[in-house]
Amino acid sequence: MDKKIRVLAAKPGLDGHDRGVKVVTSALMDAGMEVIYTGLRQTPAQIVEAAIQEDVDVIAMSILSGAHDYLFPKVMELLKEKGVDDVLVIGGGIIPDEDIPALKQAGIAEIFGPGTSTEDIVKYIKENIKR
Amino acid sequence: MQNINQGLTDALNNWTEGVEKRLGKNPERKQNFVNTSGIPVNRLYTPVDIADTDYLSDINFPGEYPYTRGVQPTMYRARHWTMRMYAGFATAEESNRRYKFLLEQGQTGLSVAFDLPTQIGYDSDSEMAIGEVGKVGVAIDSLKDMETLFDGIPLDKVSTSMTINAPAAVLLAMYIAVAEKQGVPPEKLTGTIQNDILKEYSSRGTYIFPPKPSMRIITDIFSYCAKSVPSWNTISISGYHIREAGSTAVQEVAFTLANGIAYVEAARQSGLDVDTFGPRLSFFFNAHLDFFEEIAKFRAARRLWAKIMKDRFGAKNPRSQMVRFHTQTAGCTLTAQQPKNNIVRVAFQALSAVLGGTQSLHTNSMDEALCLPSEEAVQIALRTQQLIANETGVADTIDPLAGSYYVEALTNEIYQRAEEYIRKIDEMGGAVSAIEKGYVQREIQESAYKYQREIEQGKRIVVGLNKFQVKEEKPTNLLRVDPTVRVDQIERLRKVKSERNDNEVNNTLAALRQGAGGTDNLMPLILDAVKTYATLGEICDVLRGVFGEYQQVSTLGS
Repeated sequence: MDKKIRVLAAKPGLDGHDRGVKVVTSALMDAGMEVIYTGLRQTPAQIVEAAIQEDVDVIAMSILSGAHDYLFPKVMELLKEKGVDDVLVIGGGIIPDEDIPALKQAGIAEIFGPGTSTEDIVKYIKENIKR
Repeated sequence: MQNINQGLTDALNNWTEGVEKRLGKNPERKQNFVNTSGIPVNRLYTPVDIADTDYLSDINFPGEYPYTRGVQPTMYRARHWTMRMYAGFATAEESNRRYKFLLEQGQTGLSVAFDLPTQIGYDSDSEMAIGEVGKVGVAIDSLKDMETLFDGIPLDKVSTSMTINAPAAVLLAMYIAVAEKQGVPPEKLTGTIQNDILKEYSSRGTYIFPPKPSMRIITDIFSYCAKSVPSWNTISISGYHIREAGSTAVQEVAFTLANGIAYVEAARQSGLDVDTFGPRLSFFFNAHLDFFEEIAKFRAARRLWAKIMKDRFGAKNPRSQMVRFHTQTAGCTLTAQQPKNNIVRVAFQALSAVLGGTQSLHTNSMDEALCLPSEEAVQIALRTQQLIANETGVADTIDPLAGSYYVEALTNEIYQRAEEYIRKIDEMGGAVSAIEKGYVQREIQESAYKYQREIEQGKRIVVGLNKFQVKEEKPTNLLRVDPTVRVDQIERLRKVKSERNDNEVNNTLAALRQGAGGTDNLMPLILDAVKTYATLGEICDVLRGVFGEYQQVSTLGS
């Protein structure tokens, strides 16, 4: 476990709310992880491409616009197409509880809503990465 | 200048000594009291703290320079602030129904929320729009949708605020065209377009073009409206989103006014006189949690902008010197936990905006940390404003907190600290360059991270989140946007395209392309294009082709 955990923090879709993703990025870096933040307006294809290129252990996506129902599963679908099955994928943002089962069904491991402590995210990643 | 006599100073020293002697036995709750801007909050404020404040030059009467006490001489004794709830979702038809509901409920102005594809200049059938159509606002693809949106709403009777930035010229053109169809001439239109691209780069994210052509479009709008739509607020220079992104109150004032300075400079460079467009500049601020800090912030912003416009730009028209502003309560302070507590948070925040002299106000709905606001939640939020206006008595006298040693001292402090930031930004070459260097973004994200750390370390209490928690059922029946909206919207778009005259569309788009490559004012060209039912996406694509697209600067990591 000497190798640092590598995380891709991503903003899929057109949403510009990046306060949360930036705070989480800073917290993960403070916790000793290497984090690559994609910036805004990433398509699912760009996110998957970046995840493979950067050889990350985790993809952490944030959406507050309501487009999670399309974009999160799309990322999972493309990962599957590319044969990537060793990356832990988590999501956050304004995501109604009733949407969570479908997202988990699609392969998103966990959803972190408003008010989540960054310490909980750090802990979750450490306990659940697939290596 | 107030006279502080030795007697008062001695008495204060004695009192302080006495209090501090007892602190060993009865300690205060905290070692240091500090507000969100990092300003120490003293135990007590007295005349000593505002000894250097001169009533006439620093505070003065309402409607008198530097407008610290408000921009109008009678303020809410003449008319309450405009109650303006930001709304819009799904289709133009559905949003039109919500607007009519709000007007029936006593709302006095409209505020249009557009979906993200509209805000970023994509039609609903664009690949980039999948998943986003109608989600955070209404989808507008062409003039047809705009006609539906304002169907049965007389545009000479209602003022409309539109949260639109990069494609503001296109939506304003559509609004003018709808009014024309209603028989309302442009000079009768009142309202606001946000049109503030600089805070999109730093805080909100719905940019399209790079700064230079964006600033040109903005000054084209200033110049066009000064002649043709004289009562329209051509920009709403927004601190709201800067604050939502995590800034402090001082940073909110500083970065907003620094952006304001950049717009004024750009307009002057294009040959406009400051007093032709200055009176139509408006502002938009956040009402956050710290009650007195917020009130002082509004007062400080008025004083600082007045001095900037007068001293730096030589504005002579008093209206050019005034900060007229809209306020929205702070969405980022709402909790998903115990959402009914948000009603109370919003009420305090709204009260601070009113005590700070806002011209219009949006009160957030209690369910906004969960979803789009339901009709019931919106109604309570609107009622909160109506309660403040009609029951509390706070609107009966002007700027009632003036003269409070604390509020005046805090107003001075925020003023000075914001001025210091603006000096720093000036040294970097102004707001555009400070944003291009990532300075503003970094300052904001550092404040946001600090705020979050304080919550997680328990230094900052959020009721219901890190203290006073309960086990609760997750709310159900949240408002959802019907997923078929995109399909229906694409069908409408197809119909519009099949019924319009393609030759006219192509000709106006060609003229726009040529104009964008030159120096002509773009507004008349865009107006011609929207009237042929050229779509928002087609118009923005033409401009993308000429201007290119903005690439975000990275501000995280080493």
